[in-house]
Amino acid sequence: MNSWQLPFDEGRAQLSGVVVGALLNDPAELQALGEAAHQPPHKAPPQAPVLEVKPRHMLAGDGAIVRVPEGEAALQVGASLGIVIGREACRVPVAEALHHVAGYVIAADFSLPLPGHYRPAVRWKARDGFCPIGPRVVPAAEVPRPDDLAAEVAVDGVVVHRHRTGPRTRGVAQLIADVSAFMTLHRGDVLLLGRAHGVPLAKAGQRVQVRIGGVGELQCTLRAFATGAGSAA
Amino acid sequence: MRTARVAHGGAVHTASPHERGLQLASGVVLAEQDVIWLPPVEAGTIIALGLNYADHVKELAGELTVTTRDEPLVFFKTPSALVGHRGHTPRPAGASFMHYECELAVVIGKPAQRAKAADALAHVAGYTVCNDYAVRDYLENWYRPNLRVKNRDRATALGPWLVSADEVPDPQALSLRTLVNGQVRQQGRTSNMVHTVAELIEYLSAFMILSPGDVILTGTPEGVVNVNEGDEVVCEIDGIGRLINHVVAEP
Repeated sequence: MNSWQLPFDEGRAQLSGVVVGALLNDPAELQALGEAAHQPPHKAPPQAPVLEVKPRHMLAGDGAIVRVPEGEAALQVGASLGIVIGREACRVPVAEALHHVAGYVIAADFSLPLPGHYRPAVRWKARDGFCPIGPRVVPAAEVPRPDDLAAEVAVDGVVVHRHRTGPRTRGVAQLIADVSAFMTLHRGDVLLLGRAHGVPLAKAGQRVQVRIGGVGELQCTLRAFATGAGSAA
Repeated sequence: MRTARVAHGGAVHTASPHERGLQLASGVVLAEQDVIWLPPVEAGTIIALGLNYADHVKELAGELTVTTRDEPLVFFKTPSALVGHRGHTPRPAGASFMHYECELAVVIGKPAQRAKAADALAHVAGYTVCNDYAVRDYLENWYRPNLRVKNRDRATALGPWLVSADEVPDPQALSLRTLVNGQVRQQGRTSNMVHTVAELIEYLSAFMILSPGDVILTGTPEGVVNVNEGDEVVCEIDGIGRLINHVVAEP
């Protein structure tokens, strides 16, 4: 497996490159959908955690340039707490889940404005470099209350979105328990707690900073990207 | 050329076919049952397609809101979902409908970015067989098919051989089938794919870089039936391989 290095203050924290994100994990997002969550195509609100895989081509580090595809006015940018697994987690009970956490990191979760929540919106979300992670993994011992951290997104230095990491439909321990119930999480895997409701937009040329209290600040810059360029391979 | 990755004698080896089973690079010849088969590639990104056979779309028409001309239905898997040839796949206790899906797996060999379908197959290293199990009890209509259905531990079997692309002149001219305990339960032809291998590479590489080791699971034809603990499930693709899997009780 290709390992993915993250610069780390005390040496290097080795991430596996496996990143799995929770979607619709803020109760306010489902509330905002209202009756639509009970209507086709959804028919009923989600029961199990709603998840997506963010593969290696999406990953980038602090200071990343995020490319805004030609024809897109702006990107959504969500702030997410990243839970870095330290010890293999397979069918872990909630009460033991936090023992499997090595630390926490920040993820900036970019996407094109989404067409809905019925199908995996891979073309809208899984673009090259759309998931910067960093700047460092903060050891779990330094983050005693991961479900109650202040988080904000700033665009060109102006805070455009403020929230807390909790309460979520599934907090950190519950999410680890419910995901590890059917898929084993390995050392270095990152589980994203997910965006908060009401994600802001950012345009090409703008600088985005994502801050989570006690975890740090992740910066990236958006740049226009012409897709008409020739094949690289 | 055909290569496999196997574990034997406490180490991982590359193997090639032999009339008595397989041969390690050291020259040692072994029977198929005497090694542990690993997925034939160390997979990078695992990309899966839903509803990519016209006949399968028709089979599920009653519960679907899509047509075959929609954009490809793509989702990703993580490496913990994979299991090798002759592997064991757990069936969740109490599930009422778990089914196999025989699929042609495409392994990328050269980076692809904004590839065109006409040259897309030049990016392919080779092909193998996939059995991409699903547990339909857990289907929910949110980012469907959701990971609890399609990304379960050891529920995506891959192998046994990686068959190099030069041995597969036309990936759209292959017959595939699934046998459960020796009975043919699923049959199809890759000519029935809604989006061909080349079209999928064009579609995907338009918004994401495909890298060597990435695997595209191209969907399954009609004929999915429930399997139970103790069943032997064999997925075959002519010219590519015969992938055996055993359904076992969840530990």
